[in-house]
Amino acid sequence: MKFRTRAIHVGNQKDPETGAVVPPVHFASTFVQPGAGEWGNFDYSRSGNPTRQNVEQTLASLEGGAGALAFTSGMAATHCATMLLKEGDHLLAGTDIYGGTYRLLQHVIRSSGVDVSLADSTQLEMLEQAFKPNTRLVWIETPGNPLMSITDIAACAELAHRHGALLAVDNTFATPALTRPLEAGADLVMHSATKYLGGHSDLLAGVLVAGSQKLHEQLYFLQNACGAVLSPLESFLLSRGLKTLELRVHEQCKTAQQLAQWLNRDARVKRVLYPGLPEHPGHALAKNQMQGGFGAMLTFEIAGDLAKTKQVAEATQLFQLAVSLGAVESLIEQPATMSHASYDPSDRAAHGITDSLIRLSVGLEDLEDLRADLDQALNA
Amino acid sequence: MNRDSLIDARPDDSANSTLAVHAGEARQKLADSITDPIVCASTFTFDNTQSVIDYIEQKQPREEYGRYGNPGEKIVEEKLASLEGGEEAILFASGMAAIVGLFMSKLNAGDEVVFFDECYHRSREFCSKHLARFGVVTRQVPACDYDAMEAAITPNTRLLVSESPTNPHLSIVDLERFAAIGKRHKVETLIDATLATPYNVRPLTYGVDYVLHSVTKYLAGHNDLLAGVIVGSHEQLDSIRNLRGIMGAVNSAHNIYLLQRGLKTFALRMERHNQNGQAVAEFLAAHPRVEKVYYPGLPSHRDHTIANNTMRGFGGLVTFLVKQADWKETARIVDAVTVPRIAPSLGGVESLIEQPLVMSYYECTPQERRQFGIPDNMIRLSCGIENSDDLIQDLTQAFNA
Repeated sequence: MKFRTRAIHVGNQKDPETGAVVPPVHFASTFVQPGAGEWGNFDYSRSGNPTRQNVEQTLASLEGGAGALAFTSGMAATHCATMLLKEGDHLLAGTDIYGGTYRLLQHVIRSSGVDVSLADSTQLEMLEQAFKPNTRLVWIETPGNPLMSITDIAACAELAHRHGALLAVDNTFATPALTRPLEAGADLVMHSATKYLGGHSDLLAGVLVAGSQKLHEQLYFLQNACGAVLSPLESFLLSRGLKTLELRVHEQCKTAQQLAQWLNRDARVKRVLYPGLPEHPGHALAKNQMQGGFGAMLTFEIAGDLAKTKQVAEATQLFQLAVSLGAVESLIEQPATMSHASYDPSDRAAHGITDSLIRLSVGLEDLEDLRADLDQALNA
Repeated sequence: MNRDSLIDARPDDSANSTLAVHAGEARQKLADSITDPIVCASTFTFDNTQSVIDYIEQKQPREEYGRYGNPGEKIVEEKLASLEGGEEAILFASGMAAIVGLFMSKLNAGDEVVFFDECYHRSREFCSKHLARFGVVTRQVPACDYDAMEAAITPNTRLLVSESPTNPHLSIVDLERFAAIGKRHKVETLIDATLATPYNVRPLTYGVDYVLHSVTKYLAGHNDLLAGVIVGSHEQLDSIRNLRGIMGAVNSAHNIYLLQRGLKTFALRMERHNQNGQAVAEFLAAHPRVEKVYYPGLPSHRDHTIANNTMRGFGGLVTFLVKQADWKETARIVDAVTVPRIAPSLGGVESLIEQPLVMSYYECTPQERRQFGIPDNMIRLSCGIENSDDLIQDLTQAFNA
């Protein structure tokens, strides 16, 4: 079955008891067992819940993985993945990564004795030089946040494996509708499912999809031990959102591409960072690695200072000023003061996150409505 | 989002994705959240006696008791009114609750209703079995026979009713002509546009008085809730809203939220349902085992011209007859498909399939089924938003099974 058909049907088998076309939501925290010392399919909801299992099956199918795990948030999923490491191991991450991931790596994981370093994952030579004998996990994000840098997943997988490390890819921006990192050789995919997968700005969720059964079992052990499992109601809403994932993402990509081209021609804009533009340094790679669009996130730099940038971000009528992304509603934000405020200021400067950057998450609204809104805001 | 500014800007573009996402919603919501809250309250509190009096004297519009309305419901009603290009919408607990609410509030003993006969059998049943008990006379005339409809009008006629497209034959009503008959005789008109949705046609723009939807279908779109709606003018809907408050067939706060969420992708889903419906209909029309396909998007359809002139697309519902097959042979095909599930209803992301003889008309006599135009070899397929290649491949194997 094709991607879109699987998004609707895998993990959503009809309820055998009632025939309900949408599986029931199981709120039970615990499950009655057949006998003392005998275990049914489910015992306690932290260890497994039918509604969560359904959406995990859908997610595993969409990413082409051996198994998926659903967490309470993207950060809970990322944290679980880092728990694979132990004191003395080295984690190597890209530089264009989500601010919350940066904070977890620099200020939480590091203090438990894991060695952490960052390197530009778009420059493979620089990345390779940053490997150490104890590197166990490589963490990349593509397209990167907020600079929309494109990292070569297949090349990174080859590098990581040559050095005896696993490759994990934060696939939040691309979604499996555009990119399936496991097919390119990655070992693990992470999602903030709060974004495109949920898609409606009304739930928090995180996902890990493992390429191998062995890795899936290790992560399942950690998830069950640590307990950040997705609730049944959120699992249901996530599953409902996945049914329109491909439609939404393709439509949002189309609109983003046209907005990027328009902004690119505008004198009020200094530069546009969008992989769908031919002058974007990752364009050729993205064309190969992303199928069906270049994503619906775009960043641009205006000809103005922090104050002017803030003014523009606050002047839109349709784009709403908020962090997060990937939903039906278009959002606007200023990375320097919002999504990437948790970076150390020196790292922010070093990684090119300037004060005049504006990040857009393009929603499902009509292109003309969004363009008119940006046009009036840029004049603010 | 200011709904009026969007509507005025583009009165002809009902399918506007922006409306589906934003219409009816305040830009700044409670707690500044990006989505509206689910307000589970059964009742709403007043500060003091004066505020009760202000509410009763209609000085201060607000909520009172859950059966009269809920904040979430108001938002969705506004969104639906805006998609239909109507002044007001009233939500009900189901499509049937909506049509019953309209009939009960508009009709008195001695009044008459004229119906086009291709219609949802439960609507027909309500009229013939229940409205009759209250002395309301129902006259049925053949679908799209405008002269017969006009001839059936008497001084007691209060309402002309039709579906468009009709179910399951997908006949298309000439809405301009239908509305004109009503206007000429000063009789109100109602179109059940469930199968069309405002993405494909907006009957109010043709002068029809009321549009009704089983919201359960395309508008909600995920096969996971029931709801109904009537859209029309403030003046004409006032008595319906009052009666709804008494009858109590209202939506729960949770149901309303799922509906609001479903509507966000409405335009997107409809575009896909239209594409899948057209692709499957064309495939079936060319298949040697198919005797006939009912789909307004095919040139062979009786109403193709009127459909083409008035509709943007033709939806996901496709009805067809299997060549030289009795009911059992037809059932074998229904049983052999693997992507669509066997179930009543339509309009959701999951494709559904049914044999009208079995699903809706099993208890009718063969003569009644002939009268309703339901042959034994008829299959109704509601195309979801799956990949159309998967649906066509599945039908191919089912024909060969």
